[in-house]
Amino acid sequence: MSLEWFINIITNNWPMFLRGAWMTLVISTIGTIIGALIGLIIGVINTIPKGNGGAKKWLLKIINAILTIYVEFFRGTPMIVQAMVVYYGSDLLFGIDMNRTFAAIFIVSINTGAYMAEIVRGGIMSIEQGQFEAARAIGMNHWQTMIHVVLPQVMRNILPATGNQYVMNIKDTSVLNVIGVTELFFQTKSIAGNNFRYFESFFVACLIYLVMTIIVTQILRFFERKLSGNANYQILDDATFIRRPEQAK
Amino acid sequence: METIIDIQHLSKSFGTHEVLKDVNFSVKKGEVVCVIGSSGSGKSTLLRCINLLETPSGGEIFYKGKNILTNKQNLNTFRTHLGMVFQQFNLFNNCDVLSNCVLGQTKVLKRSKDEAKEVAMRYLKVVGMDRYLNARPSQLSGGQKQRVAIARALSMQPDALLFDEPTSALDPEMVGEVLKVMKELAKSGLTMIIVTHEMEFAREVSDRIVFMDKGVIVEDDTPDEVFNNPKHERTKAFLNRALK
Repeated sequence: MSLEWFINIITNNWPMFLRGAWMTLVISTIGTIIGALIGLIIGVINTIPKGNGGAKKWLLKIINAILTIYVEFFRGTPMIVQAMVVYYGSDLLFGIDMNRTFAAIFIVSINTGAYMAEIVRGGIMSIEQGQFEAARAIGMNHWQTMIHVVLPQVMRNILPATGNQYVMNIKDTSVLNVIGVTELFFQTKSIAGNNFRYFESFFVACLIYLVMTIIVTQILRFFERKLSGNANYQILDDATFIRRPEQAK
Repeated sequence: METIIDIQHLSKSFGTHEVLKDVNFSVKKGEVVCVIGSSGSGKSTLLRCINLLETPSGGEIFYKGKNILTNKQNLNTFRTHLGMVFQQFNLFNNCDVLSNCVLGQTKVLKRSKDEAKEVAMRYLKVVGMDRYLNARPSQLSGGQKQRVAIARALSMQPDALLFDEPTSALDPEMVGEVLKVMKELAKSGLTMIIVTHEMEFAREVSDRIVFMDKGVIVEDDTPDEVFNNPKHERTKAFLNRALK
């Protein structure tokens, strides 16, 4: 082991490392976004009032049962196994030859969705009942309450957990090398297979993962601060009204 | 005067616990009615049944002659006609002061943004909060929050305003500013139903006082009669404790 080897590996293989890192970022970013959307949708479906009506109640019950199975299945099995099952299963059972990148994004999305569904559920439960009541009392229906009052607060509350999921996704996409997705781990394996310098190659990969997760964490912190709003407010005086008559109307 | 709310034989149970028993009570336009009674007497439940935040177990509620319990598809429209002010304020935490007063107007009443802002500003001025437009609820004191909550309810321009112990969660020195706003509203001819523990306030602003005990209305009369000449032992006992 020597420093020369590190420099050699980087100078000879940087395009492969970069392509791998890029692929890792693309898969984990799209996967996290789609997964978060799945989680939000499931979370909102779970809160639809059951009502007394027959058909609606049964339909909701069936949907909820399906969603529970989905969440339990994808939380209860390892992503590396899910990748194999989905990728080879789609070919065998449905004759679909999945594009590997698509398969990767698909698996990360539904896996993240299962976790996010629980995170969103917790987020909605953490909103005080009074917020729902106040919205209902001014005549908002369930969807208006959710979209304009509850979800904006939920999103802010679940942002740290979502960021956590994102960081985990960046690392966990490495298991997708089993279906031949050319993400960072796969690329590093190829590089090391050529030069037989396993430690040095993977140490470089290690640093690249670390840089990606640290940058992502910092970006999310920035958004958290943004979302918690301005710490100060301005008390408007008469002069402000004169300058900004549109507010004094 | 037109009757706005008419409640007949209303009952409400939580499980086997009967909170309201055969309550009959009505409110006319422009009336200010204070509901008093000890904790657990069913005052808040009665108020929450009026705009159906709680579903009554039995009885009828008429709004301007229309039975709202048999006509539930218009529930959300009905609720816009009754404003509600909560003990815990319940301002929308994701909105600043102005948006709190605008949101319901634009989303439920489908008013234009400009019109909604104009209406909101008018009522924020009434409650003296028009200088805090871009403050968030977490940055305001309890009294300020409650005044914004009153402005939010007024911005929907309802026929009546329901107050559920509006000063009970406030520090003593902030009670005054909220009661002052409510007194002005009462003078302006707004129909108000107020659940309160503030006896002096109730005596001063009410056209009628309703005294509740153990889920029934014991006394329903003018403030003068209820405070100076209570007919029932239970009312006397309560007033003795409350006015001490």
